Amino acid sequence: MLRGFLLRLLRGAAVVFGVVTLTFLLLHLAPGDPVQRLLGPSAGLEQLEAARRELGLDRPLVQQYLGWLGRTVRGNFGVSIAQGRPAGDLLAEAWPATALLVLLSIALSWLGGIVVGAFQANTRRRTLDAWVSTGTVALNAMPGYWLGLALVMVFTYRLRWLPAFGAAGLDADFLGGWARLSDRLRHLALPLLTLTLIGLGGAARFSRAAMRDLRDSPFLVAASARGLPERRVVVRHQLRNALVPIVTLLGLSLPALFSGAVFVEAVFAWPGVGQVLVQAVQARDYPVVMAAATISAVLVVAGNLLAEFLVTTVDPRVRDRDAG
Amino acid sequence: MPADHAGAALWRDGRGRTGLLLLGVIAAAALFAPAISPADPTTQHDVVATRFLAPGSTDLHGVFHPLGTDRLGRDVWARLVHGARVSLAVGGLAMAVSLVIGIAVGAAAAAGPPALGVLLLGATDFALGLPRVVLLLLLASLWEPSAELVVVVLGLTGWMPVARLVHAGIRAQLARPYVLSAVALGAGPIRVLLRHALPNAIAPVLALATLGVGNAITLEAGLSFLGLGVQPPAASWGTMIASGRDTVVNAPWVGLAPGIALVLVVVGCTLVADAVEERGRA
Repeated sequence: MLRGFLLRLLRGAAVVFGVVTLTFLLLHLAPGDPVQRLLGPSAGLEQLEAARRELGLDRPLVQQYLGWLGRTVRGNFGVSIAQGRPAGDLLAEAWPATALLVLLSIALSWLGGIVVGAFQANTRRRTLDAWVSTGTVALNAMPGYWLGLALVMVFTYRLRWLPAFGAAGLDADFLGGWARLSDRLRHLALPLLTLTLIGLGGAARFSRAAMRDLRDSPFLVAASARGLPERRVVVRHQLRNALVPIVTLLGLSLPALFSGAVFVEAVFAWPGVGQVLVQAVQARDYPVVMAAATISAVLVVAGNLLAEFLVTTVDPRVRDRDAG
Repeated sequence: MPADHAGAALWRDGRGRTGLLLLGVIAAAALFAPAISPADPTTQHDVVATRFLAPGSTDLHGVFHPLGTDRLGRDVWARLVHGARVSLAVGGLAMAVSLVIGIAVGAAAAAGPPALGVLLLGATDFALGLPRVVLLLLLASLWEPSAELVVVVLGLTGWMPVARLVHAGIRAQLARPYVLSAVALGAGPIRVLLRHALPNAIAPVLALATLGVGNAITLEAGLSFLGLGVQPPAASWGTMIASGRDTVVNAPWVGLAPGIALVLVVVGCTLVADAVEERGRA
């Protein structure tokens, strides 16, 4: 067990190393110059040279790469070229907004999705099942940025209920406790609803399929034959077994906590990682892009490990197989 | 399994039929775009007089606009059907690139020497570890944005699930008795792979590919929405939604129409994929 875990950890580290190396090369070899963008078209050749020397961009690529690697391993992501502040700080400031949004939406969409899916998998009303399926397929198909716009159209411009942009009102700093909290929640509502609705479509489809596969299994028939109430059969026996693939998906969605809402954040001007990332890529802000890519890669690998770990926790058979 | 047989089975499935019809109608609209849209998607005449016309109205020059006009007086219906060409072509081509790479890698890993298999599967795992959205943003914004670049980027970042599925499917087929019979009859490894193992392992791959087309179309629109894909004034659903964003208040139809079209395409792909997968399981 421990040996297998260490082996996976080692393989994960190799993946992270490969990803950041590839990203570094792509980023530095691609056309576009951060210094040019920083100083603008009026900058002279000497100024550009001086700025490059100061940022260390005139050195050979291998040297730059090794320097970056050394600093990153020690937890130093370097300083943003465009903003002059530590890249790690920029991402750390943006991260809570993204994490809050994505975490809540994953939780809500899976709770809702499992309920809808469980109902669909066990209902005898086939027409209703088909209609609900049409709905979940459509929800799952919607691009986040478009659904976001449609919701803004309805809730902001027609009904005038909810704000559409940012994470807080302009006057947030002058509001007292409760008023400020309600301001925050009102700003959270639309981006959260967008992400939740889209996630709900996928979650319901997945839960329905997983529970449908189990519906006629002998162990469920046996549980019913023993006289267990239907509710208990569904929740304790059917759902628990369907949870195995669902939990894998949850582990795999860990990277989304960091960069999973890029498009929706763009629509709602939500001050999260996505916004920082899009701006950094456009400004060729090497340190920030590299920091974001590194964290993403680490999270992808960690998510895979987490998924495997969760599966062993939920499904003792996998654990026993690994041990034996 | 002959192809016409599979097509007929798909048509008998209710979901498969709905999906095929949806995709067929949209593909036809894209194909005959110049014939069914009287206006040109990029011409602007007399912007002030023709902009923001509501759906179903006729402008001063007597041109009928079934879906209205945008802020530059361009016909939304014309842009929608011309945009369908871009979306379907980008989605289809990107998935084709993914399929070719994925099938080649998967087949080589399953049928080639074990060392090659380990290497290729390792590369697949590695590529799956790449953060796709970060990579997409990076690649799309580092080079001059264009439809061709989007195809390449989506294709190169989408082949991994195909490779895994092909690998698993071929491995399963190679262990079956009929393959042993074929080998006993003197079939070479290439023939076994191409004539026997691959065709029998392809159904779930096709289901995945159909879903992938929808996914690629959505991502293309997302990149165009951020200004990193198809460049204006060319019509693409993503750029149309982006321009509709500024006019949600006075002209909601500009952004609504391409979004609905996008959802219909993806729903069509999902339904067809569901039907194909169900058939493969039966």
